[in-house]
Amino acid sequence: MVQLTRKAEFSASHFYWVDSWSPEENQRVFGKCANRNGHGHNYTLEVTVQGKVDPVTGFVVDLKQLKDILEKEVVGVYDHRHLNHEVPEFRTMQPTSENIAIAVWRRLEGKIPGADLVKVRVYEMEDLYADYMGEA
Amino acid sequence: MKAYLGRRYRFSASHRLHVDGFSDERNREVFGKCNNPFGHGHNYWLEVVLSGTVDPTTGMLCNLVEIDEFAHQRLIAKFDHQNLNTLPEFDALVPSTENLAIVIWEILKGFTAAKVEKIRIEETPNNSFEYSGE
Repeated sequence: MVQLTRKAEFSASHFYWVDSWSPEENQRVFGKCANRNGHGHNYTLEVTVQGKVDPVTGFVVDLKQLKDILEKEVVGVYDHRHLNHEVPEFRTMQPTSENIAIAVWRRLEGKIPGADLVKVRVYEMEDLYADYMGEA
Repeated sequence: MKAYLGRRYRFSASHRLHVDGFSDERNREVFGKCNNPFGHGHNYWLEVVLSGTVDPTTGMLCNLVEIDEFAHQRLIAKFDHQNLNTLPEFDALVPSTENLAIVIWEILKGFTAAKVEKIRIEETPNNSFEYSGE
């Protein structure tokens, strides 16, 4: 088994807000992230898959195919969008890095031919990332 | 849903790798240029990896403010722009980055808002050390 990691980038805006909380409570918990006008990041996504190396092609997975899947399932949906307003899964969950990692996992699980998803890492900034590995 | 969160912090410090019980020749042989008498410095990157269940309301496994405050008050304020050899933790311990990782791990035991899974310290872009309490 060999693991392979592919990166992709997208730029998006978001804010954190819980409707059932008062503005003061939102401000206390989320700080500047509670500004409802939103703010943006350049996100880097790292998707790690695992599989057997094909003895003929030498591939774990066809990289072009993996790139196309990331583009179709994630980048095309998230890039240059406001996550709260324009991406359906974030109508019901906060678009934190943790939840973006979980959402990307759900978007990709079972869609990569011949390889298993091992890890989704979402960098919000170079000094902050979240990992999700499919654990309950 | 269990997720992991990695946060990186920067600090700059100096150190000298030296064992008092070794001869000058032995220190030179073991530590090379890291034994130069006046020490030398690095820009360190500390990466703290936390784990926990993502809160269904906030979407967070740990509020970043909590780990940032802990890291800045208990770690960065202690190590940044210091000579590591002068700190009490390194009175009898060589301030190698392996030992620095263990010292930082011990301090992070005081952080209770999420489980600390692992720390990683980059001494230079080519050298990094990981410790997870083993």
